[in-house]
Amino acid sequence: MAPHDLRRPFKRAAISDQQKRRDLSLLRQAQNRRDAQQQARCLASSILSLQSSAPESEPEQSDIEIETEHDSEDLSKDLDVRRVSKLRGPEVRKWFARQLMLPEWMIDVPDRLSQDWYVLARPAGKRCFVVSSNGTTVSRQRNGSILHYFPSALPAGAKTRDGSGSAQSYCILDCIFHESDQTYYVIDMVCWNGYSLYDCTAEFRFYWLNSKLEESGACNVPSHYHKFRFSAVPVYNCDQTGLYAAYSGAVPYVKDGLLFYNKHAHYQSGNTPLVLVWKDENCSQYVIDTDGKGEIPSQQQVVLELQDDGKLVTSDDPPVLFCCLDGDIIEKSGLQSGNLLRFAIGDGGLSFVDGKLENADLIYLGKSNRARAFADSYSKVIFQFMVRHSPLKIDDLLASINSPDDQEKIPSDIEMVG
Amino acid sequence: MEVTQVLLNAQSIDGAVRKNAEESLKQFQEQNLPGFLLLLSGELVNEEKPVETRKLAGLILKNALDAKDQQRKVELVQRWLLLDGNAKSQIKAGLLKTLSSPVSDARSTASQVIAKVAGIELPHKQWPELIGSLLSNVHQLPAHVKQATLETLGYLCEEVSPDVIDQDQVNKILTAVVQGISASEGNIDVRLAATRALYNALGFAQANFSNDMERDYLMRVVCEATQSPDVRIRQAAFECLVSISSTYYEKLAPYIQDIFNITAKAVREDEEPVALQAVEFWSSICDEETDILEEYGGEFTGDSNIPCFYFIKQAIPALVPMLLETLLKQEEDQDQDEGAWNIAMAGGTCLGLVARTVGDDIVPLVVPFIEENITKPDWRQREAATYAFGSILEGPSPEKLIPLVNVALTFMLTALTKDPNSHVKDTTAWTLGRIFEFLHGSAVDTPIITQANCQQIITVLLQSMKDTPNVAEKACGALYFLAQGYEDVGPSSPLTPFFQEIVQSLLTVTHREDARESRLRTAAYETLNEVVRCSTEETAPLVLQLVPVITLELHNTLEGQKLSSDEKEKQSELQGLLCGCLQVIIQKLGSSESTKYVFMQYADQIMGLFLKVFACRSATVHEEAMLAIGALAYAAGPDFAKYMPEFYRYLEMGLQNFEEYQVCAVTVGVVGDICRALEDKIVPYCDGIMTQLLKNLSSNQLHRSVKPPIFSCFGDIALAVGEYFEKYLMWAMSALQSAAELSTHTTGDDELIEYINTLRNGILEAYSGIFQGFKNSPKTQLLIPYAPHILQFLDGIYMEKDMDDVVMKTAIGVLGDLADTLGSHAASLIQQSVSSKDFLNECLSSEDLMIKESAEWAKLAITRAISV
Repeated sequence: MAPHDLRRPFKRAAISDQQKRRDLSLLRQAQNRRDAQQQARCLASSILSLQSSAPESEPEQSDIEIETEHDSEDLSKDLDVRRVSKLRGPEVRKWFARQLMLPEWMIDVPDRLSQDWYVLARPAGKRCFVVSSNGTTVSRQRNGSILHYFPSALPAGAKTRDGSGSAQSYCILDCIFHESDQTYYVIDMVCWNGYSLYDCTAEFRFYWLNSKLEESGACNVPSHYHKFRFSAVPVYNCDQTGLYAAYSGAVPYVKDGLLFYNKHAHYQSGNTPLVLVWKDENCSQYVIDTDGKGEIPSQQQVVLELQDDGKLVTSDDPPVLFCCLDGDIIEKSGLQSGNLLRFAIGDGGLSFVDGKLENADLIYLGKSNRARAFADSYSKVIFQFMVRHSPLKIDDLLASINSPDDQEKIPSDIEMVG
Repeated sequence: MEVTQVLLNAQSIDGAVRKNAEESLKQFQEQNLPGFLLLLSGELVNEEKPVETRKLAGLILKNALDAKDQQRKVELVQRWLLLDGNAKSQIKAGLLKTLSSPVSDARSTASQVIAKVAGIELPHKQWPELIGSLLSNVHQLPAHVKQATLETLGYLCEEVSPDVIDQDQVNKILTAVVQGISASEGNIDVRLAATRALYNALGFAQANFSNDMERDYLMRVVCEATQSPDVRIRQAAFECLVSISSTYYEKLAPYIQDIFNITAKAVREDEEPVALQAVEFWSSICDEETDILEEYGGEFTGDSNIPCFYFIKQAIPALVPMLLETLLKQEEDQDQDEGAWNIAMAGGTCLGLVARTVGDDIVPLVVPFIEENITKPDWRQREAATYAFGSILEGPSPEKLIPLVNVALTFMLTALTKDPNSHVKDTTAWTLGRIFEFLHGSAVDTPIITQANCQQIITVLLQSMKDTPNVAEKACGALYFLAQGYEDVGPSSPLTPFFQEIVQSLLTVTHREDARESRLRTAAYETLNEVVRCSTEETAPLVLQLVPVITLELHNTLEGQKLSSDEKEKQSELQGLLCGCLQVIIQKLGSSESTKYVFMQYADQIMGLFLKVFACRSATVHEEAMLAIGALAYAAGPDFAKYMPEFYRYLEMGLQNFEEYQVCAVTVGVVGDICRALEDKIVPYCDGIMTQLLKNLSSNQLHRSVKPPIFSCFGDIALAVGEYFEKYLMWAMSALQSAAELSTHTTGDDELIEYINTLRNGILEAYSGIFQGFKNSPKTQLLIPYAPHILQFLDGIYMEKDMDDVVMKTAIGVLGDLADTLGSHAASLIQQSVSSKDFLNECLSSEDLMIKESAEWAKLAITRAISV
């Protein structure tokens, strides 16, 4: 048995540069794999490529619009990245325009309001999507046009020196921009730090919104890397206290009605009955629709779509029929299928049987403004009608929560009298 | 077959005769293995045969039982176990008989073969009478039989693992061995054999070392043997002490004072081989104590049951002066001799280990020595002082060292240029390197390199690169660490003004006539690599200028034709260095969009050269070029597709290279790079790649470390090609499933647990890639049948509680991917899993941000899946 070799490394670095090269390669590969994986996990990452364009000049938007848009048939309800990533220019705008979740108007009190619903005081201002990615933040209004192009403290929202704007990260927030305090009030969270919350319940989205927004520093006062302040809107359980707090509690912004969210509903593009808007004079300056001059017309006006067979319908899916136009009239007036027509509701008003619209006294005013893309929704027409005749009052809402048979209450439309 | 003649011929100086003989031996072995082995053992035992043929017969016999190659070894063992019982008995009897041969070479050969047979048979409970008959031999009268038998016991302990032999027999073996060592044994050869046998038998003595009386006795015998008149016995006895120092560290306290006295005497007075072992004893104690203290410092788990006895801390007042004395015993040309190892080198190395063990306490013990000797006219004293300084730079706190360094730095820079002795300059340059390695960089508060001295330091180092190769090599090393210290200095580096000059000097070094000596050229390229790695945006244009320079160098290596094997080796070594350098440059320039864009103009040219380098075929180059191509693919992105038709065959070759598993592993990593670069454009090559990867997985020849990256690579491919992966799904999933089953539970040492965790990580990365690849595809439902098993795997490894952080992060991510891709199809399965509750909650509250982030993703994905 030979003596054992006991030489130790002498005047040598413990690691060879070749090993270092190997290790660094492995490190880079692991990092790249993580990035690729992360990118795959973050559904909407290709939105990044849509964000490069500079601010476009956009036609002015009126401050408040009554929600009227609807989904076109070929839109999938989810964010389909593969398709979105191929869009360019104006298509991008259209795509964003269709992504917002649009509340129906509250024309009756939903069941189990206190158990299944949240309520919040909706800020007055411009509804928009705020998208942060790749070191910039862009807010887009409902028609897809850009409102602001700015740095923010949202994840990936600014090009900061520490390079925290990782390529895969991005956020999409559903906001209302409140002009007087220059603040984005966040009313919903759609994607956060690369993760999509589309298919999550409102309960989960609000939980995430409340914990993450504050954490990110987006609620801080504006600074060089953070041009606008963000703020979460207080969300209450829709019990008596919560509803009362949302209705009459002090908030730093001008209120424009109340929003009701069903706790179990996912974020869904377009009209949904699982989010409802309700207003009265106390909590909104804009209860009754105004005309182009900002005045309240003496008669309620509605916009309906003309179909092939002369039917006049709403923008709902399926559409609700209001009445039929005579073939002769259509021919004479040169109207075509798909036209949006403006009517006033005459003294005959609307009449209902078993909660269904039975008859409408419509007076033809003319073709609608060309800027209009969609007809009115059924709930909007009815809400406006109710406001003028027999409004759903805050006391009715409070009472419905109060009523002992709240849980067993059977849904019923409110009787309408012409 | 006339075996004796054939064996003689096999050792003939005539190549043709030798080849002929080897051929017929091989033929016989293949035709009739038992007959062949019998013949060999017959030759070995036969006292009438010449000693050379007996030795060779034994050697061939030994090689028929064991091989270095693991695969071959397993085959040989199986073959022996299946061999005819009668033949085996006869062979073994012959071997045992040979132990009594008067011919020492025959005995020695036989003892090695016996140990090999025992190594195979004892674990299978065969040859039970072996140890008994060996022990009875020990009591035989002829000393040479005793000696051979003790040697056999030594070899046997080396071959067999302790749990195979029961304690009763262990006791008897140890008794026989210790009796052989003790002074009562008159024969020197017997004592030597016994002392060497004890070295191997120490691993068997756990129980005996726990018994105070037996341990005292063993220690006394070993210590007495260190005083033997025979130098070989003294050396062997110190080797035993070194082995005891690591195996039975916690039992040493009662003996440490005596051992110090013995070792100190040996270091000062004994012959060098003995003195080296005596120093090694203390180096080994340092290793033990730094390991224990590191564990103390780390997360204290409570299961480290070995306490630190602080032997070194107690010994330093005497130990350090003893080590300092050794430093003065340098050999004249030790710096030019790669293989040199002497008492001065061992003493200095030990001094460095002591400094790491005790930290600040060593400084006041060494400083007077440095001050006294550093200016002496005798070069030995100056060199020893410098070496002592360099040795204690790792361990003590910067607060303690920086004042010293600030005083010494100017002196060192002068010594490096002016000292007349090359040895002193070598050590000075090395010491400067150590100063920069440990006391320069963003982690140190008070910088030792300032605006005032930076220029001078660099000038001196660049000047020294023109010195003798060994000094120049150390100067390169110092520059390496100087650059490294500015690794994360920010957008502006103090090295920027010197960048051009440094690069130019390093390139000049690589062209020195004598650049191959003292690995100077390697050091120059390595330093160039580090300078590039640590460069900032300011110098990006200069790094870019380096591309055509290195490319041209690589081009020049391809010029020569019909090279001799020596020239080929030189060519391949240089190509390796140049490819390595290009890899570093590509990675640097590829990491920023602006430089990447400019760099890409060279891509075609560089790729062309890499392909030519492959055509030269050499393993090391292959690996370096492969690594560089990975970096290039990452930089090129989808454009890399154009190189694929030509590159693919080399990729395949790399994947097939089982022997050099590093090459195989690197190639697997490059497949991942290419997947990410090409995405679905890799489809045309997938059949070939997947086939080869699956083949690799099922081979037991492939080094196990390559298997985890292969699994990760499945994930890379699936993510790149999406639902096209369907073709391979069944095969990949079946390979993953069996690996998952094997790696759910871990048993074994830390190293094995670490490997199992690497394996788990690879498997999990594969699952992640496959799930994400199939997401949003109509073929998602193909994955549903695999979900139960995958969730079971996640639950299994969670319950095992031995995941490391990396696995934890990947595992919880897989849970999210599964939920994300399968959605409501897997909702109830997910809700039933432990992973979706306890494991997820544990990860959500983890301190590790990566784990937390993955867990939040998983939570989100699960929420979506179960709410649909």
